[in-house]
Amino acid sequence: MKRYSVKGLFLPGLFLLILSAPGSVWAVGSEVKLDRANIDLNDVESLRRGARYFADYCFNCHSIRFMRYSRISKDLEIPEDEVANTMLFTGAKIGDAMNIALAPDDAKRWFGVAPPDLSVESRSRGVDWIYTYLRSFYKDESRPWGVNNAVFKDVAMPHVLWELQGLQEASTGTIKSAEGVEHTVITGFNLVEKGKMTPDEFDNAVRDIVNFLAYVGEPTKTQRLSLGRWVLGFLVLYFVIMFFLKKEYWKDVK
Amino acid sequence: MENWLKNTRDWLDARFPVMDFWRGHLSEYYAPKNFNFWYYFGSLAILVLVLQILTGIFLTMNYKPTADTAFASVEYIMRDVKWGWLIRYLHSTGASFFFVVVYLHMFRALIYGSYRKPRELLWLFGVIIFLLLMAEAFMGYLLPWGQMSYWGAQVIISLFGAIPYIGNDLALWIRGDFVVADATLNRFFSFHVIAFPLIILGLVVFHLVALHSVGSNNPDGVEIKEKKNSKGIPLDGIPFHPYYTVKDMYGVVGFLIIFAAVVFYMPEMHGWFLEHDNFVPANPLKTPEHISPLWYFTPFYAILRAVPDKFLGVMAMGASIVMLFLLPWLDRSPVKSIRYKGWIFKAALAIFIISFVGLGYLGTVPATPVATWFSRLFSVLYFAFFIMMPFYSKWDHCKQPPERVKYK
Repeated sequence: MKRYSVKGLFLPGLFLLILSAPGSVWAVGSEVKLDRANIDLNDVESLRRGARYFADYCFNCHSIRFMRYSRISKDLEIPEDEVANTMLFTGAKIGDAMNIALAPDDAKRWFGVAPPDLSVESRSRGVDWIYTYLRSFYKDESRPWGVNNAVFKDVAMPHVLWELQGLQEASTGTIKSAEGVEHTVITGFNLVEKGKMTPDEFDNAVRDIVNFLAYVGEPTKTQRLSLGRWVLGFLVLYFVIMFFLKKEYWKDVK
Repeated sequence: MENWLKNTRDWLDARFPVMDFWRGHLSEYYAPKNFNFWYYFGSLAILVLVLQILTGIFLTMNYKPTADTAFASVEYIMRDVKWGWLIRYLHSTGASFFFVVVYLHMFRALIYGSYRKPRELLWLFGVIIFLLLMAEAFMGYLLPWGQMSYWGAQVIISLFGAIPYIGNDLALWIRGDFVVADATLNRFFSFHVIAFPLIILGLVVFHLVALHSVGSNNPDGVEIKEKKNSKGIPLDGIPFHPYYTVKDMYGVVGFLIIFAAVVFYMPEMHGWFLEHDNFVPANPLKTPEHISPLWYFTPFYAILRAVPDKFLGVMAMGASIVMLFLLPWLDRSPVKSIRYKGWIFKAALAIFIISFVGLGYLGTVPATPVATWFSRLFSVLYFAFFIMMPFYSKWDHCKQPPERVKYK
């Protein structure tokens, strides 16, 4: 039956259409072009480095309260006492959630806004956003911390990774919108004060942090992907068996 | 061994109509032999319903329905509950696939005229199930208590406020508070896990009883019960079991391949199944830049936004569903199936599909002037498909359907 097979293409076609469609509501309306983070969740070394950077630079102000210290120890294969020594600052137990000592009210008084919990930040913003954001701080004396951000304009966060990256200035240009109005946009950055790292080293460090945050966003993701192969493999086999079983039964329908 | 089985069956059958049920609904229920691809979606809808209920039971064991704990308890399920991530993704993906399956199931009815006499009531039960399913999905979407959950519910419930005189009190009564809050979450949880599933299950039974009483339609739209053999069995009918049980199982496995691919490789579906903003905990003080409902509501949402007046918009959205209820009496074509209908119906259907999919897209994007005008155009075409149907279905040049169904 030829028409059957043509119609059978409808659902797979619809499915492909949905797959290729862009995200409906990407959380951020920012028009800045985002750089690709190119993270690798299977790179445990990168995740471990990311965890260290996170503990040193982020964890004072940002909690990851849906994560447990012990989970990180287990998943990233870091001994529990090492996690306790390098990441655990609050006197919490190894099995506890990763909260911070900073009280939200104090944080609000100091920064104007309480720093958000980052447990699922990689899922709401996307990894490319965080990767670009952390590398887009630039000098702006009009801001309380002396820096602004090209991705998140007038952000309340200081440039925490300053000592690693150094300080960069934004170079601007003008573009014309469709209505003919000229806008000033940031076209690039140039480093005016050197940091401890070269730009490449810094990009890799940020990539490690983003990788770690992606892991924290969904710790079971690698398990999900590897289990998926077995499930799909089984189902395809089952499908073939069902195909022949159905054919056998339907032989006598005339 | 066989004797023992037979004895057990007879013991049961003497006390409960096991064999009557088996014969009446499976081994001696005769279905047309020419079902095609489109006829998989009924059994698939039942599969997804069962999947949602089973995964829902396990989610309920760990989910905590209060404003303070809901978001965290979902993440707890995703991280600390053994296989919790899988159960949650099965449930969230199942919700979207429920609508994929139900929309295709309804489309099947549309192209083969399965709502026509004597199946009007069967169709009505189906539309009610569809309505309840929308309510069920809407209330379930509040439970993770993310930003989109919260603001989506806020927007939709506020629609009731547009009704003159009683509107604001009605919205207040639904919410149980002046804004969407803990009280709203609690009652939505109650409706989502028990009230609506119970009613939906009951109606699915009605839907099936009605189906088995009038018998299935088929792609040719001819009644197989009109041509029977000497034993009273339809000439073009085959027993549901084993032919369609084995065929539907084949369909189930095919469906599960696609379903599992999504669950394991893209449970967020680029923000279509799990919206990015819903990974931000609900914040009553911060409205998201762009609020849009999940994809399966967007055609109706676009109709709502196409109308400048809020109350009339709500009425238009309601009317778009009422049209479905009227469908059996709007169609005056001499034939049921699209196979024997003429070009007018085919053109009308094509325009309808474009309008519905177009509205679905427009419901996801911000309401710019251009988008709003397209929404208006597609809304008019959507309604025209139904309102004009009594006329164009009569004018259409239909072919003569065959006496009996075509097979091979």
